[in-house]
Amino acid sequence: MIKVENLTKAFGPNLAVNNVSFSVARGEVLGFLGPNGAGKSTSMRMITGFIPPTAGSITVGGYDVVETPIPAKRLMGYLPENAPGYADMTVRGFLHFIAELRGLKGGARRAAVNRAVELCFLDAVLYQTIDTLSKGYKHRTCLAQALIHDPDVLILDEPTDGLDPNQKHEVRNLIKRMGANKAIVFSTHILEEVEAVCSRVIIIDRGRIVANGTPAELKARSETAGAVHLRARGPSAVLHERLSRVPGAARVEIISESQNGVEARVYPAPSATATLTRSVAELAAREGWQLDEIHTEEGRLDEVFRTITLPDTVKAAA
Amino acid sequence: MNAWANIKAIMKRELGGYFTSPIAYVFLVIFLLLTGFFTFTVGNFFERGDASLVSFFTWHPWLYLFLVPAVGMRLWSEERRLGTLELLLTLPITTWQAIVGKFLASWLFLALALALTFPVIITVNWLGNPDNGVILAGYVGSLLLAGAYLAISCMTSAMTRNQVISFILSVMICLFLILAGYTPVTDLLTRFANPIVTQIVAAFSVMTHFEGFQRGVLDARDVIFFASVIGFALFTTGLIIRNQRAG
Repeated sequence: MIKVENLTKAFGPNLAVNNVSFSVARGEVLGFLGPNGAGKSTSMRMITGFIPPTAGSITVGGYDVVETPIPAKRLMGYLPENAPGYADMTVRGFLHFIAELRGLKGGARRAAVNRAVELCFLDAVLYQTIDTLSKGYKHRTCLAQALIHDPDVLILDEPTDGLDPNQKHEVRNLIKRMGANKAIVFSTHILEEVEAVCSRVIIIDRGRIVANGTPAELKARSETAGAVHLRARGPSAVLHERLSRVPGAARVEIISESQNGVEARVYPAPSATATLTRSVAELAAREGWQLDEIHTEEGRLDEVFRTITLPDTVKAAA
Repeated sequence: MNAWANIKAIMKRELGGYFTSPIAYVFLVIFLLLTGFFTFTVGNFFERGDASLVSFFTWHPWLYLFLVPAVGMRLWSEERRLGTLELLLTLPITTWQAIVGKFLASWLFLALALALTFPVIITVNWLGNPDNGVILAGYVGSLLLAGAYLAISCMTSAMTRNQVISFILSVMICLFLILAGYTPVTDLLTRFANPIVTQIVAAFSVMTHFEGFQRGVLDARDVIFFASVIGFALFTTGLIIRNQRAG
């Protein structure tokens, strides 16, 4: 549904987005990750046709966004960053206005507004003006606006920003549900959100795509992916020594040591990931350790995120 | 058809925006008070002993100088300040439809304000036998004048997110359009410059073109002048918005 090719945006000498290419099919939820100022919002603004790209092409549902903006825009729903809305309008008036510009008339418009209100839980504030809304309601009003015409493509810039944990959960479920038959791109800072919702992740840093894959693939790139985490009773020196000699162990790290036992992590050698947990468990049984906990780590997205994006940030600061 | 539907939707929202905030009511009251004050007190309506609305229309270029930019200054700067510009321009409408819709809404609002001055027509008709054709021409001219100022305010409003700057800029431009044809200024200019130069400068002034309407003359050249000021200013608005998006 969305096809982005060699997208570049320059603001003066600065390249905000640098040669970015990706595509999103129907049924996919693409998570857009990246540090602040990485070019996420700029990319989304170009996809939705708000700002023209310096170079590259964007097609949505087969329509070029620059050449044929109107049919392309018809297919999209867009939640801009900071969820803007007309301060002096009521929520209902605002949604009716957007529905009208989306070409919905009469009964269809009323039905669309009611549906969006229901999806975003706006019943309580329907007749309030937007400037009197709390941040969460304001955000959901703008989200409702994006959903009003039940678009095939959704572009959501930080859809859960400013929501409380329950609302975040609701919005995530909503995105996941809608993702089944739409193409969705959403940006976020919250990594757990990506794991919960996305079928694919793109990490963008200083205008470039630095990683592109499923959440599981990205997590596997983490240092701790496949490591064995265990908590056992015993002197840490002995544990460390014995664990280091387990076949397939590359390195052993003692995380903490207390009355409750020693917490340790065994990092796998590149080839031995699959069997490491079993080997450690067998060792514990042989040695007769009192084992409180043992599990294989899947790797952590935040760690991958940091290792991918941190070096550049440090360089930029220096 | 579709374009008109979009323009209408934007007009409706914009007009609603005037009336849900106190702007509309404050403006209408001040406008009516000032037109009354200028017509009857400063313009010596009664002392003239003349059944015409000359003292009413003479002040319009000056009155509009401050009042019209006050109506137009928010048109685009408010959208930019609130961030709703991003919403509006990612909807399936063209920038033109948005510009025209917003302009027409504000113009309609000014037309309403002008229509509410109807008591002066009643007064002058009750007191004497004025030429109502002349009065009608005056109203048409006044409306066109307001439209020209409004289009300029629309343009300056697109330049900045700050409404105060937008207001001052449009007052300056409109003031120039007045002064270029204001008698004291043209008199001064003839002393230094060729009369042809003076005429050319004066041809750019709203004063020169508003005069005919006040005398009851509907000259196509005057109508074209106001229409082209409106067209030019709105076209420039479109360019400004496009350039800002290009970054």
